[in-house]
Amino acid sequence: MIEVTKLSKKFNDTYVLKEVSTNFEKGKTNLIIGESGSGKTVFLKCILGLFSPASGEIIYNKTPLSKMSSKERTMLRKDMGMVFQGSALFDSMTVEENIMFPMKMFTNDHIDEIRDRANIVIKRVNLINANKKFPSEISGGMKKRVAIARAIIMYPNYLFCDEPNSGLDPNTAILIDNLIQEITKEYQITTVINTHDMNSVMEIGEKIIFLESGEKKWEGTNKDIFNTDNKSISNFVYSSELFKKVRKIYVKENK
Amino acid sequence: MIKFIEHIGRYFIMLQKMLEKFTKFDVLRKLILREIDDLIISSLGIVSLISFFVGGVVAIQTAINMENPLLPRYLVGFATRQTMILEFAPTFISIIMAGKVGSFITSSIGTMRVTEQIDALEVMGVNTYNYLIFPKIIAMTIYPFIIVISMFLGIFGGYFACVTGGFTTHTDFIDGLQLDFVPFHLNYAFIKTFLFAMILATIPSYHGFFMKGGALEVGKASTTSFVWTSVAIIIMNSFVTNLLLT
Ligand SMILES: Nc1ncnc2c1ncn2[C@@H]1O[C@H](COP(=O)(O)OP(=O)(O)OP(=O)(O)O)[C@@H](O)[C@H]1O
Ligand SMILES: [Mg+2]
Repeated sequence: MIEVTKLSKKFNDTYVLKEVSTNFEKGKTNLIIGESGSGKTVFLKCILGLFSPASGEIIYNKTPLSKMSSKERTMLRKDMGMVFQGSALFDSMTVEENIMFPMKMFTNDHIDEIRDRANIVIKRVNLINANKKFPSEISGGMKKRVAIARAIIMYPNYLFCDEPNSGLDPNTAILIDNLIQEITKEYQITTVINTHDMNSVMEIGEKIIFLESGEKKWEGTNKDIFNTDNKSISNFVYSSELFKKVRKIYVKENK
Repeated sequence: MIKFIEHIGRYFIMLQKMLEKFTKFDVLRKLILREIDDLIISSLGIVSLISFFVGGVVAIQTAINMENPLLPRYLVGFATRQTMILEFAPTFISIIMAGKVGSFITSSIGTMRVTEQIDALEVMGVNTYNYLIFPKIIAMTIYPFIIVISMFLGIFGGYFACVTGGFTTHTDFIDGLQLDFVPFHLNYAFIKTFLFAMILATIPSYHGFFMKGGALEVGKASTTSFVWTSVAIIIMNSFVTNLLLT
């Protein structure tokens, strides 16, 4: 469980996040949606502690991030996995080395044990025949899978994904979304996902936060989204004709 | 000016943070070996080539410019030795290395920055300063080895050019090499070299680490890094020379 209270962040006197409060529950896929530039990545990086906020607090299981000692922070870091917008795989390492990296770095386990664990997560994310390849030699969809595998190899309690399916075709995007949701349920992880993909919102949006110019304008589930008359989110969701039609049908069916 | 002081401050904070939490020894050892390969071994070719030919040119220039028959021919060997040991090998080669090693360091760290690889390391709880910069510093402690090779090949280049070109005889050149040798000059050269090595490892790292933007900015950062690294080397050079030789 992560609680965020009145989080603000500014870069050179312009606020990119304004007093955002919310909480993310365990075993749920929590989505942060919003237009490009609305502050999703900045929000995620604040939660991770990569950016320090101007004001507000991020509370991990009752302990505020700002009050943690550097040792506690390090412990927390080992309990987090992150999938970056561009995958952020280490180009100098093979796929397998990338996935094993956190374990090699932070455990004293024998290399055979580490390799076994790597193979479990590799199988879990359906990466086939890629172990010895370098990141530059695999497709975007595979990179995401590697990034997910690397993020979950330490069996973290928190998983963060920054646009995990941007740049993927719709089929692969849905596969990746479902994969993240399954993993979330299976390992009871608190998962936070940034996205602007409406398919993801519909598929896995158990809790959705809508950001606009750094402010939280709406919060709810993928079921609520059809019934709300909040202007901001309607503009965002129904920017495409397809979703306007979907809404009409949905509202009719549920009368 | 305030910007400049800010940079200096951030540079020293970076060095301090680097020493705070160490990377696991196993991992560190592999990183150091890779850096030795990337920074030292891969520079040997270009350094050898430049040293040999510049040594030759220095010797020929000296020989040609000593038209006065009263000047003994062995001075050519002497001048070549002094130039190579005091300035060419330590300073000139270091500035070339600011271009080669320096821009390599800045662009490799900068690329990791813009592709969020540094963020990824940080999220995992890695001390990124220690992980990325410390191995480079350790690898660069064997940089003086390159300078020894440069001194040797520079002098050999001078000898080769003079003897084969008929500017001096073998004995004259060797006599010149042995003339008035001050061992302290070697100490001076190696103190300089060591300080330059630290500059070469850290300033380009700083420029890579704190860059912002995308691929285009990585290129720009490499250029800026080259300029500042060379400036630092030149300033350090005049500082050390004033301190040790006067
Ligand atoms: N390091 C930074 N320095 C200054 N401004 C920044 C920095 N990072 C982000 N911003 C600004 O913060 C705002 C929000 O950016 P952010 O990257 O969070 O958007 P986003 O919602 O993730 O967009 P996208 O969907 O395109 O990834 C933007 O206006 C951006 O210019
Ligand atoms: Mg983003």
